[in-house]
Amino acid sequence: MSTTTVETSAAVTGERPAPAPPARADRRGRRGLGATLASHGILIVASLVALFPIAWLVFLSLGPDKDDYLHPGRIWGKMTFDNYSFVLQNTNFFEWLKSSLIVSLGTTVIGVLVAATTGYAVSRMRFPGYKKLMWVLLVTQMFPIAVLIVPMYQILSELQLIDSYLGLILVYCSTAVPYSAWLLKGYFDTIPFEIDEAGRVDGLTPFGTFWRLILPLAKPGLAVAAFYNFITAFGEVAFASTFMLDDKKYTFAVGLQSFVSQHDAQRNLMAATAVLVAIPVSAFFYLVQRNLVTGLTAGGTKG
Amino acid sequence: MTVAIDRATGERRGDRAPRPGLGQRLKHGYQKHWYAYAMIAPVAVVLGVLVLYPLVYGLYLTLTDANSLNSARTIGVNHIDATYKFIGLDNYADILWGPTAYDRFWSHFIWTIVWTALCVALHYFIGLGLALLLNQKLRGRTFYRLVLILPWAVPTFVTVFGWRFMLADGGVINAGLDALHLPTPLWLEDTFWQRFAAIMVNTWCGVPFMMVSLLGGLQSIDASLYEAAEMDGANAWQRFRYVTLPGLRTVSSTVVLLGIIWTFNQFAVIFLLFGNTAPEAQILVTWAYQLGFGQQPRDFAQSAAYGILLLAILIVFTSFYRRWLNRNEQQLAI
Repeated sequence: MSTTTVETSAAVTGERPAPAPPARADRRGRRGLGATLASHGILIVASLVALFPIAWLVFLSLGPDKDDYLHPGRIWGKMTFDNYSFVLQNTNFFEWLKSSLIVSLGTTVIGVLVAATTGYAVSRMRFPGYKKLMWVLLVTQMFPIAVLIVPMYQILSELQLIDSYLGLILVYCSTAVPYSAWLLKGYFDTIPFEIDEAGRVDGLTPFGTFWRLILPLAKPGLAVAAFYNFITAFGEVAFASTFMLDDKKYTFAVGLQSFVSQHDAQRNLMAATAVLVAIPVSAFFYLVQRNLVTGLTAGGTKG
Repeated sequence: MTVAIDRATGERRGDRAPRPGLGQRLKHGYQKHWYAYAMIAPVAVVLGVLVLYPLVYGLYLTLTDANSLNSARTIGVNHIDATYKFIGLDNYADILWGPTAYDRFWSHFIWTIVWTALCVALHYFIGLGLALLLNQKLRGRTFYRLVLILPWAVPTFVTVFGWRFMLADGGVINAGLDALHLPTPLWLEDTFWQRFAAIMVNTWCGVPFMMVSLLGGLQSIDASLYEAAEMDGANAWQRFRYVTLPGLRTVSSTVVLLGIIWTFNQFAVIFLLFGNTAPEAQILVTWAYQLGFGQQPRDFAQSAAYGILLLAILIVFTSFYRRWLNRNEQQLAI
């Protein structure tokens, strides 16, 4: 570990001063070559490790038989998209897609709105109870589902919200909002507060400043928060499998499990469904990933 | 952090800053605070209704013997009232000191600690290494980054199923190990290898978050610091030790804390990897879920009591962590 980091920082600093005298740059260039090769080597191995399980899943989804995952060699000869057409035609795929999208997008919209106002309030205003609120937001992160899931189940059933999208959206908001608010607070902190002042001077209310000036400027941060909300809601397993009872209202996280919990495991269909699920989410991910680093660091590094 | 600036007004407010008189403060403050409270009201309502109330209710449940047989429920048209009764702290006593407490609580407790420590250490160091590599001017850097965040981009419940195929007896990992004439462990059946597999999968899932956060932290370090260090004759290791690491301190302490909390409460990986089949590999969260929802009759009270214990562990840990950070004069980025 230490050797690679040494080489790394050598390479980092080695290439930074651009207008260096030629001789010096030459010497550094040579020193950097070994490090560059090593970096490429490590990164390629890491990329393969990151990629392989997903690529393997895609590959297995092309095998028509449910035991093909044990004999991957045979798949080459009989690759087919049958699994996909079967999943699309004969399962509840589109119902699951609908519920997953309703729940995730609902959580994203409500969660980001709520988190943005909170983040703005804690970023710009010093009100009594400000520190406490920040700690409450952090502590909420720590709530194990085990402590909430039983009482939530009973509360939701009293409110007739079991097996309803709204109930699940509200539950997800309670887990996703605190972190998003934290993240957005960090992002709002990076927006100069002279902008707020200018807005106030021009006669905007604090709400107006927030809505017309700060929100448009905070788009990268909002994108990250939206992404976090979406992923949290889309990938959540425990609440969804407890609160959704009707198999037409399953989200993907629950629906996917139903392929194995039936008496025979239809692994080929499961793999195909998993791939179909992964595509829209990954697409969404790569749409916002450009803002990911900036948004997250703003949330992480500024106090 | 002694002086905070109210950014809506640009006014400086701090511990030692001169304060206006009380009446003036109230008059001026009222509007500002009114706006602030209006803006946090939605979050307060959501958290109050869906976190605070369930927490209080859950706390009450832990003091009873509630399970799915004596809770209020509706069967068809008949409504049956709850018949569980108050039993005080018996649940906690039973979990911590009761018969077979070691098998039910302490063994899972130890495994949870080991799991959290190993996973977070692996996440952090692999993430840091990759972030350092990606922070160079390297051909194809964007491409590497896009591939390396893939485990984060694809939902956990999808990738965990992918891992299950690979780890299954006769799956590709064992086939590969067999081809290399290495032993082929029963990843999903043998306790030790179950735990090993769980840590491996969770590490794979969690590294991208650390990598992206630390990469952001690295990019926010001022490049002139490196130049200055180089001028002073610092070698590569010294630059890493005295410029990079201190520059990453704030973001590190934050992501490590978040990582610990998230890993401690990590539900999806273990639940989806093993389901109900591996009692020995369950961490406390999944074990509590199994008590509350994975068995008949569902033991709501014990499940909630586990939850409260988990929360207590995390809160104690976080306050110590914070104190430790304060002693080293570090700031948590919140």
